[in-house]
Amino acid sequence: MFEHLSERLIRTLRGISGKARLSEENVSAALRDVRMALLEADVALSVVKDFTEQVKIRALGQVVSSALNPGEAFIKIVHDQLVSVMGEANDALNLSTTPPAVILMAGLQGAGKTTTVAKLARLLKERHQKKVAVVSVDVYRPAAIEQLEVLADEVGAIFLPSNAQEEPLVIARRAVLEARRQFADVLLVDTAGRLAIDEKMMDEIKLLHGVLEPIETLFVVDAMTGQDAAITAKAFNDALDLTGVILAKADGDARGGAALSVRSITGKPIKFIGMGEKTDALEPFHPDRLASRILGMGDVLTLIEEAERKVDKKKAQKLARKIQQGKKFDLADFRDQLQQMDNMGGIGNMLEKMPGMSQLPAAAQSQVNEGMFEQMGTIIDSMTPNERRFPDVINGSRKQRIAKGSGTQIPDVNRLLKQHKQMQKMMKKVTKKGGMRKMMRGMQGMRQPAGFPR
Amino acid sequence: MIRVSDVDKDLLEDDGERPRFWGRLRAGLGRTRSQLAAGVGNLLLGDKEIDDGVLEDLEASLLQTDVGIDATREIMQALTSRVKRKELNDTMALHTALATLLKEMLRPLEKTFSVAGKKPAVVFFVGVNGVGKTTTIGKLAKYLQDTGARVLLAAGDTFRAAAVEQLQRWGERNEVSVIAQPQGADSASVVYDAVESAKARNFDVVLADTAGRLQTNTNLMDELKKIKRVVNRLDPAAPHEVLLVLDAGVGQNALSQVEQFDEAVGVTGLIITKLDGTAKAGVIFAIARRFCQPVYFIGVGEHLEDLSPFNADSFVDALLAID
Repeated sequence: MFEHLSERLIRTLRGISGKARLSEENVSAALRDVRMALLEADVALSVVKDFTEQVKIRALGQVVSSALNPGEAFIKIVHDQLVSVMGEANDALNLSTTPPAVILMAGLQGAGKTTTVAKLARLLKERHQKKVAVVSVDVYRPAAIEQLEVLADEVGAIFLPSNAQEEPLVIARRAVLEARRQFADVLLVDTAGRLAIDEKMMDEIKLLHGVLEPIETLFVVDAMTGQDAAITAKAFNDALDLTGVILAKADGDARGGAALSVRSITGKPIKFIGMGEKTDALEPFHPDRLASRILGMGDVLTLIEEAERKVDKKKAQKLARKIQQGKKFDLADFRDQLQQMDNMGGIGNMLEKMPGMSQLPAAAQSQVNEGMFEQMGTIIDSMTPNERRFPDVINGSRKQRIAKGSGTQIPDVNRLLKQHKQMQKMMKKVTKKGGMRKMMRGMQGMRQPAGFPR
Repeated sequence: MIRVSDVDKDLLEDDGERPRFWGRLRAGLGRTRSQLAAGVGNLLLGDKEIDDGVLEDLEASLLQTDVGIDATREIMQALTSRVKRKELNDTMALHTALATLLKEMLRPLEKTFSVAGKKPAVVFFVGVNGVGKTTTIGKLAKYLQDTGARVLLAAGDTFRAAAVEQLQRWGERNEVSVIAQPQGADSASVVYDAVESAKARNFDVVLADTAGRLQTNTNLMDELKKIKRVVNRLDPAAPHEVLLVLDAGVGQNALSQVEQFDEAVGVTGLIITKLDGTAKAGVIFAIARRFCQPVYFIGVGEHLEDLSPFNADSFVDALLAID
């Protein structure tokens, strides 16, 4: 997400970053481009107007700090403004109440409420050690209740049954009692999708809100939504007094304008962001980090956090010991490395968060093909344990078998073996005395691109 | 010109009985119109002269309808140049010119959906998550049945929990047979079974549901290609239609959706859903500039009959409220 917006803004800002002075003229020209970039990213028109106005006022009244040249100062202003539109820091869920803490989900049809309920249940259970119950009051969409039941089962949440012949309010009352009886910490309530202009349905959810007295009322919005995001969010906020927003389906190439609009129009924080098909693909939303990412400054913090959580530490330590002892880095280790990378969401996901990487030419980025790594894994999987440990035994006929087994061609197998050799060489260098230090020095050369504030 | 409030009153008076289809569309688009008309409406007041302010308001209205920067610029350039040449002297003329222009842009998208002559005609439904593919299949099944066709549904969304049940429920309501396998099954095999069974049992149309997927997810797009490949084996001409379902609320991302889905499986037509809300689907003007796929249907509600063939004039009239 945000690539388009990011690309446009970076291009614009590069234009102004060389300027010695911020004049009315060059600021106006840059702002015109910023306006276009935001509009193309589906940011609501009113939000765009406010945004550019604010940037202009701050840019022209700027006391130029000695550390930054005026161009850099302008970029910093845009960055700060982005942060202030999206909210300063991550807003966590508020669950401090007598259990069960009720969380009510609301949104349009197809925004992703049911999937989000499952993801949120899993997140609360795994990262916050909560006992989570879920219930659906969607008696309208066929099989909506079954969908939640299947998902609840998958993520290990308590499913409180309901059926399509019941009144939503009756289900809600019973669910709260039942959740309390089962000592659930949190009760997630999935509702039917509804249009903000459907008075009958909006009345229903207001009544549900009254009965449930939720501590959190979350509005789920599709990241691909256009200008309507602002209108709908406002209507739901007026009706329900939302406590937060969840941005769903943000893993595509949507331009993410909805995120800016919804926050700005409702004043309610975006608490989570849905990033994929699987039930673990929900992340706390960090506006400050996202602003950096939009401006191509990377998001190293998230990368580190992900590594902490997703990388198998035992395996990593084992490998480190092995290398230090001067043992060979074999294909089984290589396979583990590939798996770790996959756990982190693949190379694309990692690159995206590295400073400056978003500015790699698209051609170079497409070279780093996700499928390539998957193929490498499959090839290694088609080898015998012995071959993985001693790759040198792999001769022509073995290669042929491996290629067949993994559905690849012999040149693919050759390429993998060659890449492995190269990695082995690199590992050797690391273990030599001073090797690590030398490599780190090399990496310092990859500093942040010039012209971007730190 | 009908004001929004009038339309809303009509709706209220219809209480209990659901308003007619175009009424619903107009009521829905009315909110779009209230956006567009805010500009145009002011123009019409007292035969004003066209000044920069008027044009700016109009531009803003177009942008707020998700028409997108390029299409908006094109529309504005066409209108502005005519204003400069003094062809459009007052706001009334501007309004008419705008309507004509918008209709001309959308007219190439009109095309009658027909599955006659191919037995069975295989129709794929593709799109991102949550646009309303399954619901639309339910509606289209009814629509085709009313024309006398024998319809078979294929529950190809084997990924989303309970998607199969959802389609089966639609099938029961319509008394349409549904070919399904449990969740997690290979969706290509479900669709293959359905086509084979349609051939054996002499059905006219197979409507194949697929799981929602973001167009940037390469693996899932490859899965879609596979479904097409597999069905190809039964009938080299199949799928006869690949319909991309778009949510009316979608922004400029719709362009990427059309492009990527078309590249993967060759989109032959579009369906726009959820036009009964505040969403405007103005992005179809941007789509019309870049692609040539027709819009076969629009959806304006959750009921079986809330699906109608797309008509450019009616769409723009409802948008600008010219009766």
